[in-house]
Amino acid sequence: MSTFWSIWISVIVLGTVFGCWWLLYATRKGQTTDTETDRTVGHSFDGIEEYDNPLPKWWFYLFLATCIFALGYLALYPGLGNFKGLLGWTSTNQWEAEVQEAEATYGELYAKFGDTPVEQLAENDDAMKMGQRLFANNCSVCHGSAGRGSLGFPNLTDDDWLYGGDPDSILTTLHQGRNGNMPAKGTMPNMTNEQVDQVVNFVLSYSGREKNAEAAEKGKEVYAQACVACHGPEGKGNQALGAPDLTDNTWLYGSTYDWIRETVVNGRQNQMPAQGDRLSDDQIQILAAYVYSLSN
Amino acid sequence: MKHEIVEKNIGIMIVLIILTISGGFLAEVVPLFFIKETNEPVEGLEPLSALELEGRDIYIREGCHVCHTQQIRPFRAETERYGHYSVAGEFVYDRPFLWGSKRTGPDLARVGGRYSDAWQRQHLYDPRSVVPESNMPAFPWLFEDRIDHTDIAAKLRTLQTLGVPYTDEQIAGAADEVKGKFEIEALVAYLQQLGTVISEKR
Repeated sequence: MSTFWSIWISVIVLGTVFGCWWLLYATRKGQTTDTETDRTVGHSFDGIEEYDNPLPKWWFYLFLATCIFALGYLALYPGLGNFKGLLGWTSTNQWEAEVQEAEATYGELYAKFGDTPVEQLAENDDAMKMGQRLFANNCSVCHGSAGRGSLGFPNLTDDDWLYGGDPDSILTTLHQGRNGNMPAKGTMPNMTNEQVDQVVNFVLSYSGREKNAEAAEKGKEVYAQACVACHGPEGKGNQALGAPDLTDNTWLYGSTYDWIRETVVNGRQNQMPAQGDRLSDDQIQILAAYVYSLSN
Repeated sequence: MKHEIVEKNIGIMIVLIILTISGGFLAEVVPLFFIKETNEPVEGLEPLSALELEGRDIYIREGCHVCHTQQIRPFRAETERYGHYSVAGEFVYDRPFLWGSKRTGPDLARVGGRYSDAWQRQHLYDPRSVVPESNMPAFPWLFEDRIDHTDIAAKLRTLQTLGVPYTDEQIAGAADEVKGKFEIEALVAYLQQLGTVISEKR
């Protein structure tokens, strides 16, 4: 803050405090007695008259006390432009102190588990209690409070993993996030409606679902052009790309003909947001162990 | 001084009243218009794109700011949940700011990037499908209505006049950027950039 504004603020603030002080005494000047009398100020409106009594003492001293309090406050806390106050208080350093105190209390709890391997941590009841709370606060909004996911958000309690369910993959997913992207019509942007119908039937056949066998047979060729690059020649998917296994009958976006058709025609995009910038490494370690424990 | 003088001279009374009630404004508000701390953008702050600005207008139209604040106070309980506390420099291009005053829903100052686009769309279409205990209203019409692109250039130009550093090319290309887009796209684009300039591990 420039000197001008610092002085501007100080003058107005102090002027207000001393102005009140002055007003308090200035209005007492006309006062002739210290005690209550029956004297009136002399006017009468519709028969209503006004006593001319001094301000009650408790009231007067309360006013004075607020002025003195204000001066004391301004000496201790920042209120006068650039003057920082004798206590050196700021909202930022109060926050920092709170954070440090919490760090001292809870940091150890997290640090205790931060170096433990995920598999081992998943066996630790205390760590899993913490993990459950971290999960509830940070993950349940998409994956559900029980980790069972919902349409478009993976179930974490089953054995089906888009990006791998080993501890390292889970840690990578948590730290860096994941970016799921199935392009519309896969790698075959000029797919016709008939071909869409064929490939959907073919995909249904992978998991043994009801299908039109004739269309499915033709869909094999379409699959080889449009889908094979990510989902693989046997429909087993590819965890390096996050391409789901089409043969296991676990469905992220619905398993019926209509749902699969929608997926093929418009593609699917979703992200797992990276948590590396939001949570500490120790917290992520505990979370990874909790997620690991859901299916192991 | 006798209070009788003040009470019997309306002119003096008016002057004294104005002086009294303007003290707080002059000391607490007026300097904020001029000092560096509240007028300099934080490093990396960019004005909203045309699409994000339309999203912001939808945010205002639907009254999101009535139930959601956009201001994280410097308390640990808040920074643990929402991220780094808000600083003045993040809001210099906001006219008006949308700090809000009531949290029926959570603070949104740093909601950007926190959930996927797909989640935001799902949640706005049917909040209870992803958060069963939510009492947020659904906004299905955002998925049907398209943005009116005819006045976006004028909006950007107005902000440019007020000191937001939009380039003339941005203004010229604004209508094309939003033309034909659904309102939901604009709102999600706006939400996904909120608070992303400052990030800090908690």
